[in-house]
Amino acid sequence: MSNAFRARRLPVILTIVAAMMLAIVPLPGWAEPFRPDWVAITLIYWCLHMPRYFGVGSAWLVGIVLDVAQGTLLGQHALALSLIAFLTVKFHLQLRVFPLSQMAATVLALLAVYRFVLFWINGVAGVGAPLVAYWGPVLTGTLLWPVADFILRTIPRRRRPSG
Amino acid sequence: MAAGSDSQSYARTPALGLRFVVFFVLSIVLLIVDHQQNHLDALRRAIGTALHPLRVVVDAPISAWQWFDETTTNFNDLQLENNRLKAERLLTNARLQRYAALEAENARLRAMLEATSRVRDRVRVAQIMSVNANPFRHSIVIDKGSRDGVYDGQAILDANGVLGQVIGTGAFSSEGLLISDPDHALPVEVNRNGLRTIARGTGEFDRLDLPFLPNNADIKEGDILVTSGLGGSFPAGYPVAVVESVQRLPAEPFAEVSARPSAALNQVREVMLVWSIAEEPGSEAENE
Repeated sequence: MSNAFRARRLPVILTIVAAMMLAIVPLPGWAEPFRPDWVAITLIYWCLHMPRYFGVGSAWLVGIVLDVAQGTLLGQHALALSLIAFLTVKFHLQLRVFPLSQMAATVLALLAVYRFVLFWINGVAGVGAPLVAYWGPVLTGTLLWPVADFILRTIPRRRRPSG
Repeated sequence: MAAGSDSQSYARTPALGLRFVVFFVLSIVLLIVDHQQNHLDALRRAIGTALHPLRVVVDAPISAWQWFDETTTNFNDLQLENNRLKAERLLTNARLQRYAALEAENARLRAMLEATSRVRDRVRVAQIMSVNANPFRHSIVIDKGSRDGVYDGQAILDANGVLGQVIGTGAFSSEGLLISDPDHALPVEVNRNGLRTIARGTGEFDRLDLPFLPNNADIKEGDILVTSGLGGSFPAGYPVAVVESVQRLPAEPFAEVSARPSAALNQVREVMLVWSIAEEPGSEAENE
């Protein structure tokens, strides 16, 4: 059991680490406001396809690490990521049968929720920021969803026999 | 929980809502604790140190490209660059001579006035490993940490001026907040007349605000702002920014002044860390 558990988790952990690296790689100044939320996108994918092994708790842990990596308040990304993980896991059965266009629209909504939580916490904590900076990543993230979906699908994963 | 009715085969779903609530509350508690005190610094440092290999891997292709670029530069380019550097060095040396004379004169005058001596600074070069993604958080990670003697609040400079300050140290790397961060404020003075004020970050790399200058303040475009050293964490006398625009609004209590940072905030890869060698107590820091 524990072995199978680990075998399922490994690709998840590796892709999350890769997403984390994409999140901290330096970009030229003009591209910075449009950096997609790689971690959030990867997380939505795994919550959708492996809700049993990847859910709210894992999302929260990933969020804490992301908070440290990006130097934000501890708990900020954790809260935002666990919220979208909750939504995705809760509706994963409906979302799985969505065609790509509808799924992209859902990702747009989820990323907007994610960004809104970050925005809201920054507002409460008194961290000022230009408003535009929040919504660029929502757009690019949605446009990149099909690409991310395609890449993540190539990663072999064992399905549960009962689906 | 209502979530359970969706799928009976899905055993863990009923707890989903509950688990979310638990993590929600946990996040809020963490947020409040982290916002108000520094109790979580140890945790942050531990995770930050664990993230170090990740940063090294991210940095590797960039470093490799730089190395490749350097080792394959052709002879002509090298010679051109060499000539340019020689010319630059000559110019800098000439300027330094004047500076040395001025410094000696300054020390003499200060001795006459029996004022405290200026600090001598020790600097060390560090590499920027990553720039933090958050556009509303202008911060960088550098490759020197507490192992190298870096401490919280230490000043970070580049060749042209002040870049920011250290806000968190790990064992091998530390995080620095840039002066353009909306949360960053820096005590400065106008080089021309010693007028003291605060320069605040705006979230844009090429602009700082000086929000607390009255309409009749003696400040004009082209004025050079230098660190005043009054905040205690920055050594005095390093250039910060050049005043770019001054708008005096008769209806408002304060003038609208913006300045352009002297340091290339989003271009450099090498930065300098400054250790101020402690001066005697009763120095400038207490004047305010």
